[in-house]
Amino acid sequence: MESFTTHTGIGVPLRRSNVDTDQIIPAVYLKRVTRTGFEDGLFAAWRKDETFVLNNDAYAAGSVLVAGPDFGTGSSREHAVWALMNYGFRVVISSRFADIFRGNSGKQGLLTAQVDQGDVELIWKYLENEPGASVTVDLVSRTVTAGDIVAPFEVDDYTRWRLLEGLDDISLTLRHEQDVTDFEGRRPSYKPTTIGA
Amino acid sequence: MSGTLAEKVWDAHVVRRSEGEPDLLYIDLHLLHEVTSPQAFDGLRLAGRKVRRPDLTLATEDHNVPTTPGPITDLVSRTQVETLRRNCEEFGVRLFPMGDAEQGIVHVVGPQLGLTQPGMTIVCGDSHTSTHGAFGALAFGIGTSEVEHVLATQTLPLKPFRTMAINVEGELQPGVTAKDIVLAVIAKIGTGGGQGYVLEYRGSAIRSLSMESRMTICNMSIEAGARAGMIAPDETTFDYLKGRDHAPTGDAWDTAVEEWKQLRTDDDAVFDAVVDLDASALTPFVTWGTNPGQGLPLAESVPDPETIADENEKAAAQRALEYMGLEAGTPLRDIRVDTVFVGSCTNGRIEDLRAAASVVKGRKVADGVRMLVVPGSARVRLQAEQEGLDAVFTEAGAEWRLPGCSMCLGMNPDQLAPGERSASTSNRNFEGRQGKGGRTHLVSPLVAAATALRGTLSSPADLLDRDADAPVAAAAATEGSH
Repeated sequence: MESFTTHTGIGVPLRRSNVDTDQIIPAVYLKRVTRTGFEDGLFAAWRKDETFVLNNDAYAAGSVLVAGPDFGTGSSREHAVWALMNYGFRVVISSRFADIFRGNSGKQGLLTAQVDQGDVELIWKYLENEPGASVTVDLVSRTVTAGDIVAPFEVDDYTRWRLLEGLDDISLTLRHEQDVTDFEGRRPSYKPTTIGA
Repeated sequence: MSGTLAEKVWDAHVVRRSEGEPDLLYIDLHLLHEVTSPQAFDGLRLAGRKVRRPDLTLATEDHNVPTTPGPITDLVSRTQVETLRRNCEEFGVRLFPMGDAEQGIVHVVGPQLGLTQPGMTIVCGDSHTSTHGAFGALAFGIGTSEVEHVLATQTLPLKPFRTMAINVEGELQPGVTAKDIVLAVIAKIGTGGGQGYVLEYRGSAIRSLSMESRMTICNMSIEAGARAGMIAPDETTFDYLKGRDHAPTGDAWDTAVEEWKQLRTDDDAVFDAVVDLDASALTPFVTWGTNPGQGLPLAESVPDPETIADENEKAAAQRALEYMGLEAGTPLRDIRVDTVFVGSCTNGRIEDLRAAASVVKGRKVADGVRMLVVPGSARVRLQAEQEGLDAVFTEAGAEWRLPGCSMCLGMNPDQLAPGERSASTSNRNFEGRQGKGGRTHLVSPLVAAATALRGTLSSPADLLDRDADAPVAAAAATEGSH
């Protein structure tokens, strides 16, 4: 995974709450067996509407998505994260993220910055008044800067450390393989296996 | 030390705990399907890793499979299914392919085989893995990176959840089911209300439910934002499990049951949050909007967004009504549907099909309405056919299909056309979920069946009105007041 320290890019105001993963990428786009090429499916239904924010040239090259509360609800599809990253997003800002989406993002290096809804409203207004303006997201100081707005954001320490270092979970876990083997020795024998009868 | 059910199961699976790091949790059962696994197997290949415990891993084909006879005609869907077959063969994972006697929706297959047992940790790259919590297992959906992690290590690094008690006390009125309970819970706490929590459903109304109804409730925990929902195991659980293919036998059964009986929240344990619901006041529930929290009792009308104080909620309601093609103030019972879907991991088990069949038996689906009945698994289908339910449905004019996820998410050909409206026993009414431009109302199997017969959102009590010509008494019997 690529490490993440700070990112500056065009901010995209998405004034919607409950952006579920079916909206981020509809199921018909989930049939690929790779992690790439999902950008076409990103917000597929909404992009057919010419007033949709990403259809505005000023925002089209955005990399910091600023969305309403409860972003990423619903299906566990990691394709939602791949679609956002394939399109070019590196950061999503929201006042509340769904658990699975947030976890998936952390594994892929997409930063989910949890910002107070009041600050989200200020950033929305700024980006709407200044289409194409940049937003800087600094993971070291945990701040979002947009024009004169400087807002703190929340991200848990462990995810922050992994993102800063660009570490992947599997190699971290494999450092403790002996612990796993020891645990397996202690598991109750009545636990089922999937082996056919 | 006292603890909640969720904490007990969590603690029993901690492989490694270290200050400032997530717990490393052992996973007892890993379920796979074709959509969220290909990139995970690819990752293993790239890193030269194996599946650590193929004997704790099981795969089935469900999301893409057609529900009419014949092969998959969509090439991209077929590639995905064939990729799963290749991966399972290469890595030694047991697979139930299309046409197999054990094939079905992943969350129907696990429990019916007896693989889902109390006190287990169960994961799958599918958010409705919460279904398995009905057995007192800690079961939750994961993303593809986590699928790869579990394949490689049989563990997951996880931060502890908070716990929320959902107390449902009282007796359900006739015609009110598990689906109505969970839709009411989601409407009450909202789609983000359970975020960060494991929900434990408790109370007399929950204890009185069958295992299949408990699965319906736990299944939709994710729609309230909770990754997992749980119900303490009891005699109902043990009775369901006993004799199933993968359930323990002999002395091992007795040992297991003794252990399982300890799996309950201690009387002095403290939940981080508590929600109370009066089961006796519930009536059939339907959704009117585009998230599962936008629901109301069937007897109500489409809400007026202007009356919603929260600005974000108001905007969401306005957008939802526009998408759904509904006007504020319209009685929900007046909403006409084109399609009725009975199936999915929420309501595709035998009990659900029996419920729907009991309503349509001897009656006809309304003109212009298409009713699809899709069993959750090949076993459910076979059982239903042995009971003659297939004939009940087809004689009523419904379509009797092969098992799969089907119209719940429309990855196969079963989709709504743009602007089409459904009453669906599935779990999500998101924009475009059942097909681009499709409009979904989430309902119970009883409401789905009654709706198919009348053509408008209805409960079985509305049919009694018509058949017996005694509207007041029949409606009162099922609907109650609120």
